[in-house]
Amino acid sequence: MKLTGAQIFVESLLAEGVELIFGYPGGAVLPIYDTLYDSELKHIRVRHEQGAAHMAEGYARATGKCGVCLVTSGPGATNTVTGIANAYMDSIPMVVFTGQVPVALIGNDAFQEADIIGITRSCTKHSYLVRNTRDLAQTIKEAFYIASTGKPGPVVIDLPKDILTGEAKFAYPESIALRSYNPTYKGHPAQIKKAFKAIQDAHRPVLYVGGGIITSDASEELVKFAEKSRIPVTTTLMGLGSFPSKSELSLGMLGMHGTYTANMAMHETDLIIALGARFDDRVTGRLDAFAANSKVIHADIDPGSIGKNVGVDIPVVGDVKDILHGLNDLAKKDHTDWADKHDKWLKTLRKWQKANPLKYTRSKDTIKPQYVLEMVDKLTKGKDPIFATEVGQAQMWAAQYLQFTGPRTFMTSGGLGTMGFGFPAALGAQAAFPDRLVINIAGDGSIQMNSQELATAVEYNLKTKVFILNNGTLGMVRQWQEFFFKKRYSYSTMTEFPDFVKLAEAYGAVGLRATKPSEVQKVIKKALSIDKPVFVDFVVEMEENVFPMVPAGKALNDMLLV
Amino acid sequence: MRHTISVLVENRFGVLSRIAGLFSGRGFNIESLTVGPTEDPSVSRMTIVTRGDNKIIEQINKQLNKLIDVIRVRDVTSETYVDREMMLVKVNATEKNRPEILRMTEIFRGKVVDVCPKTYTVEITGSTEKVEAFLEMIKPLGLQEVARTGKIALSRGVRMLTAKPGTKNNGK
Ligand SMILES: Cc1ncc(C[n+]2csc(CCOP(=O)(O)OP(=O)(O)O)c2C)c(N)n1
Repeated sequence: MKLTGAQIFVESLLAEGVELIFGYPGGAVLPIYDTLYDSELKHIRVRHEQGAAHMAEGYARATGKCGVCLVTSGPGATNTVTGIANAYMDSIPMVVFTGQVPVALIGNDAFQEADIIGITRSCTKHSYLVRNTRDLAQTIKEAFYIASTGKPGPVVIDLPKDILTGEAKFAYPESIALRSYNPTYKGHPAQIKKAFKAIQDAHRPVLYVGGGIITSDASEELVKFAEKSRIPVTTTLMGLGSFPSKSELSLGMLGMHGTYTANMAMHETDLIIALGARFDDRVTGRLDAFAANSKVIHADIDPGSIGKNVGVDIPVVGDVKDILHGLNDLAKKDHTDWADKHDKWLKTLRKWQKANPLKYTRSKDTIKPQYVLEMVDKLTKGKDPIFATEVGQAQMWAAQYLQFTGPRTFMTSGGLGTMGFGFPAALGAQAAFPDRLVINIAGDGSIQMNSQELATAVEYNLKTKVFILNNGTLGMVRQWQEFFFKKRYSYSTMTEFPDFVKLAEAYGAVGLRATKPSEVQKVIKKALSIDKPVFVDFVVEMEENVFPMVPAGKALNDMLLV
Repeated sequence: MRHTISVLVENRFGVLSRIAGLFSGRGFNIESLTVGPTEDPSVSRMTIVTRGDNKIIEQINKQLNKLIDVIRVRDVTSETYVDREMMLVKVNATEKNRPEILRMTEIFRGKVVDVCPKTYTVEITGSTEKVEAFLEMIKPLGLQEVARTGKIALSRGVRMLTAKPGTKNNGK
């Protein structure tokens, strides 16, 4: 029997195990929407295509599955570009289907034509323009495979309208073989041995771990190895959640707004064990001062990440889970007295932690944003929350003050730093887990870049809580202007913002507000008790800064402290 | 240092722009790039001549390998390989310099492929160095136009760059 392209699309997604997609209709994809009308494939219709892309990403981050979104040609497609770039920078598996004008019209500047393949070439793992209905099923199979294996990333499939109306025989491929794509999963045993030897020889080693641990589902192996070898762990922004914050071996986040101890440890270490992290400039600070006295082991599934920014002594290409498994095996057979070996190093770290913990000046009169996060952390203990963040100061305080117990509980735009990411990403996670507690930590600036998705939240009863740390300014920009531009607050003050309580109410959600420190706990508890989407407006101190801070281009140990 | 990189790619729509985009997006330099079909109609071969220190060349190799349509990458610079480039050169032909053009063409084992009242067009094939040496010699005689193919290269002997079939998996 022959199916139309639109039917093949739906059948292929079902065969792929997709349960939910995020999208927005338009002319070029109407054949698909017609098929969705009475299909078992669930679809959430958003309010802006950027929202659909971020929701698909949030869904992927929370579940570990591939996120899917569907948009029309032209403006529908271009509206997803930020979302695609965001997923690319953070290596999140996603397949984005874009409508396209009929094959014969491509290149004619037809109505709502955009060369989305060209536009997204540098921010996709791969992309396809389907030119024959016959190829559609195979293309979809390949796209999901490529998006979710190796170093994951977004794949775009551009679907000309006549491909969707055309017919072909449908059989979803059982297996695929790509001669040009075979990611290396198994770490080379000799390299793993070499790495282990270096770990045995080190005196002040640090495990520096990133989002790769979460992608490869390697948290358990990481905890096992760290505990056995008594090596302290620092996580990147993307790696938060991969190692329990409360462990005595946890140093917290490193980098520009990392903890004093994490940054000092990276400066003083004699062996960096990098696992699924990529030595981003926000992590290394000034490159020539980074790891000056340290050897570097770098394990990553992407050979291209190894040796890109920092010289590596022992490269190990492979899945970090497999590599950690290898290290754990070696550690099991080995007789090193690790506790004794790293005692001195761990004592030094503890001394640093005592002397320079995260701190801020408390206040009885104005709400400090850090205080809100401490209270959010306290009041959500044991409730298995998933946190998302926007971008800016609020994001950094969330990274610093929330305690993480497991992977896939913290979703933030790490590589691209996209304001407007958090809310739709949180909704995507909520759609995956309707009953879990999902909280977006937002700034008043960021939340205005996608607040239209409140309508989506209400429509689909996604009871996400949005905690706005409202400082009436683009805080992170203001902070840089205070430090580096003589307090000339050029266009960063934003006192004209909507009444967030009324905004929520206008959409049929709930709005709450706290203006005094004494109200904070009460309002959080109230918000958590409501079975609907809630916006909470925390009116916080305007001129609060994020500390520690390593100014851009400075060495990691060159931190501004409170 | 100058490197010559052989790349086998899927003969598909858009591959060239992916590779060109990779070089421009990451700030790698391209001295020349040639593409053409191979013995297998589904595979094209590119020869890319680029410059960079070891770190950059390593990144170029790795980033090329990361592209899904790239089947194999080999930096042949340090191997023994044969390479050729072809060039067409149009020169002012005057009463006075015609014999010199012909003499140069003969020394460089080129061919005059077109003769017009005011110009000669010469074809030269050889290594990049040879082709450039010819240009140097012919410049003073009144060089008008140049078209070059860019370099193509093959490793010598049994060393071969071939596309092996992928291993089957169910994509999970
Ligand atoms: C889409 C986008 N535009 C601009 C920026 C630059 N930027 C980084 S942080 C920031 C301020 C964010 O302000 P807000 O959301 O109010 O959070 P705060 O820093 O005050 O906590 C800006 C403008 C960005 N990251 N993303």
